[in-house]
Amino acid sequence: MHIEKRLQNSNAMVYLSPLLALLLTLISGACLFALLGHSPFTSLYIFFIDPVSDLYGLSELAVKVTPLLLCAIGLTLCFRANIWNIGAEGQFVFGALIGGAMSLHLADSHGFWVLPLVILTGACAGMAWAGIAAFLLVRFKANEILTTIMLNYVAVNLLLWGVHGPLKDPEGFNFPESALFAAQTMLPMLHDGYRVSIALLIALFMLVVVWVVLARTLLGFQVRVMGANRNAASFAGFNGTALIWLLLLFSGAMAGIAAVSEVNGPVGQLIPTLSLGYGYAAIIVVFMGRMHPLGILLASCLLGLTYLGGEMSQIELGLPKSITGVFQGMLLFYLLACDLLISYRVVFSKDGAKTTAPSLSNSSLSDASLSDSRLS
Amino acid sequence: MAYILLRWLSQQVEEILLFTESDVFYLFSQLYAREKKHMRLELLSITKAYPGCVANDGVSLKVAPGEIHALLGENGAGKSTLMKIIYGVIKPDSGQMIWNDREVAISGPAHARQLGMGMVFQHFSLFETLSVAENIALYLTPAEYGTLAQLRERILAVGEEYGLAINPDRLVHTLSVGEQQRVEIIRCLLQDIQLLILDEPTAVLTPPEVQQLISTLKKLAQKGCSILFISHKLHEVNALCDRATILRGGKVTGSCIPAETSANDMARLMLGDELELQDSMPGGQAGSALLTLKDVELKPRNNFAIHLRNINLTLHSGEIVGLAGVAGNGQDELVELINGELKADGGKLSLQTTDIGSFGVQQRRKLGLATVPADRIGRGTVAGMSLTENNLLTSYITQGTKSGLVNWNKIRERTSRIIDDFKVKTPSLETAARSLSGGNLQKFIIGREIHQNPQVLVCFHPTWGVDVGAANLIHQQLIRLRDAGAAILVITEDLDELYLLSDRLGAICGGRLSPVQPKAEVPLAQLGQWMTGAFDDGLMTSEVHHAH
Repeated sequence: MHIEKRLQNSNAMVYLSPLLALLLTLISGACLFALLGHSPFTSLYIFFIDPVSDLYGLSELAVKVTPLLLCAIGLTLCFRANIWNIGAEGQFVFGALIGGAMSLHLADSHGFWVLPLVILTGACAGMAWAGIAAFLLVRFKANEILTTIMLNYVAVNLLLWGVHGPLKDPEGFNFPESALFAAQTMLPMLHDGYRVSIALLIALFMLVVVWVVLARTLLGFQVRVMGANRNAASFAGFNGTALIWLLLLFSGAMAGIAAVSEVNGPVGQLIPTLSLGYGYAAIIVVFMGRMHPLGILLASCLLGLTYLGGEMSQIELGLPKSITGVFQGMLLFYLLACDLLISYRVVFSKDGAKTTAPSLSNSSLSDASLSDSRLS
Repeated sequence: MAYILLRWLSQQVEEILLFTESDVFYLFSQLYAREKKHMRLELLSITKAYPGCVANDGVSLKVAPGEIHALLGENGAGKSTLMKIIYGVIKPDSGQMIWNDREVAISGPAHARQLGMGMVFQHFSLFETLSVAENIALYLTPAEYGTLAQLRERILAVGEEYGLAINPDRLVHTLSVGEQQRVEIIRCLLQDIQLLILDEPTAVLTPPEVQQLISTLKKLAQKGCSILFISHKLHEVNALCDRATILRGGKVTGSCIPAETSANDMARLMLGDELELQDSMPGGQAGSALLTLKDVELKPRNNFAIHLRNINLTLHSGEIVGLAGVAGNGQDELVELINGELKADGGKLSLQTTDIGSFGVQQRRKLGLATVPADRIGRGTVAGMSLTENNLLTSYITQGTKSGLVNWNKIRERTSRIIDDFKVKTPSLETAARSLSGGNLQKFIIGREIHQNPQVLVCFHPTWGVDVGAANLIHQQLIRLRDAGAAILVITEDLDELYLLSDRLGAICGGRLSPVQPKAEVPLAQLGQWMTGAFDDGLMTSEVHHAH
């Protein structure tokens, strides 16, 4: 058995790969549960089915999907253009910090403008945080992967400083938390008794917008060309610098709104652990969803489910909540592995190695591989 | 008893004698036949199919010792597949390969080298930061070259023997393209070579370098080395090759003796009867000045870029200006400068009366400037995108978008018109650019630009690696565009093409431009001198840059 390059990338595999990754994750998850001494099938049921077996469960899924989807929408455009913004987490946290500060500041203000101002502040804060990376990339060609990752840590520590210092609730018994936000700064719920806020509608609306932009506009086309071939983009006269700014700022704004949706929604105050890694999970969402709007909607449901499943496992099975991270990690791990099958295939015959294109197993710098690279 | 014994003995002797006689005769006849028909390489109905196309369909080929054999054919005719099969890079689906009268199954390039084959690829595989000797050492096993000092001696000896003089200690990045090719040839010659395969070896050389190569190859052939020579340039095949095999659509369509066959007839074998080869094109009527470059300077943006200095060039409506030059002498920079990707550091660019020096690509395109880049798949198109999308890549300026929204139906309609007008062979509009052959993609790109009715069109290598049929169509379309009043700048290394198309001619060398004069006043020798930089008294140097 060996792995060889396909003559053409497999389109079917592009869509099958996430499903295969999910299947492998389920199998590995079952093994993991078995090793921990729980019935694999019951555990998987508790993790994946139980949380959404009633309407309230589904509404809770929507609560988790909202920030994931908002972050993922911004990242989709960035990733399509080959701008690897890994900083949705930091943009989320900074958006939450500044948006939260604004919410606390407006605790005694009333008027229709209060809530839009809070949302706008969160968006602008996310943009500002992403803008730092954009500036460094455009001005100094600093790798955006590194700058955005490092800014994530800076943002988290700023939040810790905020809730331990200036934003700490004076009547909070010295807990590192802000005061609860006033009602007029909170996002309205869609329905009494459920925690789903209007932010879900914003997310779905933005999803459609991004879909239209990618499929129908010159801007979306420019994004795709830039992602596929920067030389062609500059030859055609697309302004790469402007696109970098636009996409990173948009992505920051989306992460900022995601932060407001969480902080001014289900959470209601600033706490040290408010993100739960939505910014990182959104990366998995975008890759699972094949950078397509419809795909990321489905993938954000799946990733949202891992949060609910983690909580449910904690309650029902007494497992630590970090099982969520384990499942998310497995999903990404298997997805990246399965994506190999898009351009490579596994061949089981023994003599196949000689009759076809150079195989991966032949990785030495042999004459054959040298010559082939010369010819191709 | 004695009698019987004697009879028996004599019978035996007779039989032995008879047997020996016939055997000897048989042996002699065999030897005679071998002497007559001994072939270095024979291919018998080689077939190789890929999904969707048969690259080689029952190809048979014979190469005698010391023969220079040309392999001719348009792009996609299956030449490179056949080469890869001979050199063992890919395995045929069926067919036999006979090497020195023995059937062989070549397991890979290493095996092919062991048998005495060498191959010079079109794109060299040399490490630029290493010396000539070190590069060659990397190609051989230590057992083959001994020590570096011994290898140096052998490189010098082989160089002397075949007229391939090269200093083994020079770093490869300081060598010209022609010298780099010499390194590639020398490293094939260091082994006991019986067959040398060259893939379009003259495509990157200046006229004197081509002459040098031809005489080297002739010397090699005289010593018994067979040469398989792949080329598009029919007159080179005429000058050099003993025999030619012509491929079309994966099949052998004929073979000929080039010395006795005209270039036109060979082209017909390559392309079928659809071709009308043109030896000359009608000249143009130059009108008013459209694009003017005055004292333009462009400083190098990185270590490998060329410094453009004192560029003065005027393109008039209704004329084609041709620029010759060895690759890497500032052509890339000049094209990007005119296209607007790079901004000049000095001097003035104007389109008619508008100063466009500060304009970006989009603004220039809006004013009627269009460019066909050299790099079809890396710059001119996006490999993974469909033809429709690739049409939008530059035509977004003039058609199909309205306030940022794309009208895909309109773009599709226009794309299908380009495909019809320029005879682009493609399964559909949604086919990815990377699945088209080089010639078809080039027709598409040229069509895309011409369909926007540019005032000024810059064509960088308009027919590089394109088969004769497609090149012919491209030439006709360029002439038509010129006659419609556009100004066209053609930058290419193909001198035949320059003389065929241009109304005025010049050359670029070391980032400077030679005089640009009417074609009739520039004989080939003059152009060759300009290509080496001999046009400026003050700065006359051998400053030919050889970035690759």
